[in-house]
Amino acid sequence: MNYETSPTAVVVFALFVGATLALSLYLGRRTRTAASYYAAGGGVSWFVNGIAFAGDYLSAASFLGICGMIAFYGYDGFLYSIGYLAGWIVALLVIAEPLKRRGKYTFADAIDSEFQSRGIKLVAAISTLVVSLFYLIPQMVGAGVLVRPLLGLPHAAGVVMVGAVVVFIVATAGMASTTYVQFLKGSLLLLFTGILTVMILNRGLKVDTSPDANLPQTVVVNGDGSKVVNGVEGGPLRPVGHVSKLPGGISETGPLGPIEFLKTIRESEIVLWTTKKQPDGTTVYSPKPTSGEAILRPGNSPTFQGLAGSSTAARWNFVSLMLALFCGTASLPHILIRYYTVKDAAAARKSTIVGIAAIGCFYLLTLFLGLGAMTGGALDPSNSNMSAPLLAKSFGVLPFAIISAVAFTTVLGTVSGLIVAACGAVVHDVIGGYLKIELADAKKVWAGKLAAIFVGIIAVVLGILFEKMNVNFLVGWAFSVAASANLPALVMILFWKRTTKQGVIASILFGMISSLAWILLSGDTFKDVYGLSPEQSIVPFSQPGIVTIPLSFVVLVCVSLATRKRVS
Amino acid sequence: MAGFHAPPPSDEPRDAVVEAHNARIGLWLFALYASVYAVFVAINAFWPQMMNAVAFDGLNVATIYGLGLIVGAFVVSLVYAFICRVPGGRS
Repeated sequence: MNYETSPTAVVVFALFVGATLALSLYLGRRTRTAASYYAAGGGVSWFVNGIAFAGDYLSAASFLGICGMIAFYGYDGFLYSIGYLAGWIVALLVIAEPLKRRGKYTFADAIDSEFQSRGIKLVAAISTLVVSLFYLIPQMVGAGVLVRPLLGLPHAAGVVMVGAVVVFIVATAGMASTTYVQFLKGSLLLLFTGILTVMILNRGLKVDTSPDANLPQTVVVNGDGSKVVNGVEGGPLRPVGHVSKLPGGISETGPLGPIEFLKTIRESEIVLWTTKKQPDGTTVYSPKPTSGEAILRPGNSPTFQGLAGSSTAARWNFVSLMLALFCGTASLPHILIRYYTVKDAAAARKSTIVGIAAIGCFYLLTLFLGLGAMTGGALDPSNSNMSAPLLAKSFGVLPFAIISAVAFTTVLGTVSGLIVAACGAVVHDVIGGYLKIELADAKKVWAGKLAAIFVGIIAVVLGILFEKMNVNFLVGWAFSVAASANLPALVMILFWKRTTKQGVIASILFGMISSLAWILLSGDTFKDVYGLSPEQSIVPFSQPGIVTIPLSFVVLVCVSLATRKRVS
Repeated sequence: MAGFHAPPPSDEPRDAVVEAHNARIGLWLFALYASVYAVFVAINAFWPQMMNAVAFDGLNVATIYGLGLIVGAFVVSLVYAFICRVPGGRS
């Protein structure tokens, strides 16, 4: 694909980033105490917090990854939307109110509220840091992916740019600036994806009869690293993605309603694209006419293709992934700490409902955005992550510039939240809770700012090192580790009076280590990280959740029963 | 941003009866939603061909069930908000 830098895109991008920095500077002048730095003083209104939940949660993986997966494979990408949203039910109905009552700044506060244990503080902080780092890497990689076509800068420049802006946001006003950046981002994301969906429906569907629409494309990499694309040295790949047949033999539908759009897709034939690497290093992108029926059912993507076959392992892998998505949301430290920014449990409940409404709307739209990109003739067959911005480009440079800038603020909002969570774990849990170093209020704020710079530098380095890593893959890791390590302890503390501190510590450590070990020994990791055959892997399927989450509960119960009763 | 802020936080009044009521309602609704979600996951995993059947107005089970789970989460959250109590009797 030929990604030309547009002055409009640069101006819109600069405006978005400038607004974000100005907001942070304004709020920074009002942030003096630890409570305001780590929890925005607990005075954020439930509505702002609800939209900030959306801004925090809808990461680059949601926006770029899911839209890309739907655009390339159809319904399989939407399964992620369903799983990510369903997890909010756990957060609302099980976690929100009791967590708000028990904590102050961090996830560790809530699970340690009745024990005052240094051990719990330490393992909860480690778990927070591990999950936050796993979640940070794909966000930073996503920033590098976006900046290349938007500003014409290399991957590393994009990662450094995000790192610098986010450290500025967090170091100026901590949770206060992070909250309003996330509120801004959540609002913009909903507004512009809504507008884009209306544009897709208004454009309708059209059969592409151009002669080169169905021609395969090739990329040959020369010894010196230069590329020959479709026989042209350094040439671009043609944009792809079109409808080859519409129901009733018509060539164009005109504007469609949302249900009509989905029905028409199901009755049409759409050309998807497959990628094959040949032994000589040539990559061939081939058209694959696919019925709409196949596109709107599960099992079309490499991730879930086992569902359509007879593989038992693939089925359990799918169940395990969906369990991790369901349980993972309410276990993510950067999401949990948002509950401390509102005044009481009722506000926590209301803000979660606003969050569910906003996040649910977005995930409904992903189906239309993905299918719109699939049929809009603007896809890059070599990069699914660029599907949403390129869909916007098919409507003009300004929509492209706005959607790319919104995607960039998507990264900023999520990374800010992750860094605040990591800072809280370092300063509040490790320095204050485990090492028992008493810091004055102002010093706690300074320590948080220093931690933000330190964590930001680590995130930049990891974002550059993991450039080639699959974004969705890493987010899946974060959900599995969070659900296995954090959820059992959190749920049992709230609902089982015989839980002991030893049980909590054992459960967090077991959940974290077992899920990490499972992931490192899985077929996906063997193939994508070690470059080995997935058949050599030790575990039967790649997603650990269905094994490690229940086992983590079992460990907590067994260790609690074997140790003293909790003092009531 | 002052307009966006709620009043400064205060010590929240505790009411064990209200907390127990809300927790009980939450767990029942959670069990309901989790069951519907579990059936969705099970059908996709073990009987994926069922997802292709036309369910309503030309849309298949996969689309209707998936959209329904997302809309259903919002409906469940509204029901929860409606039934929940707060200390002092306000809703």
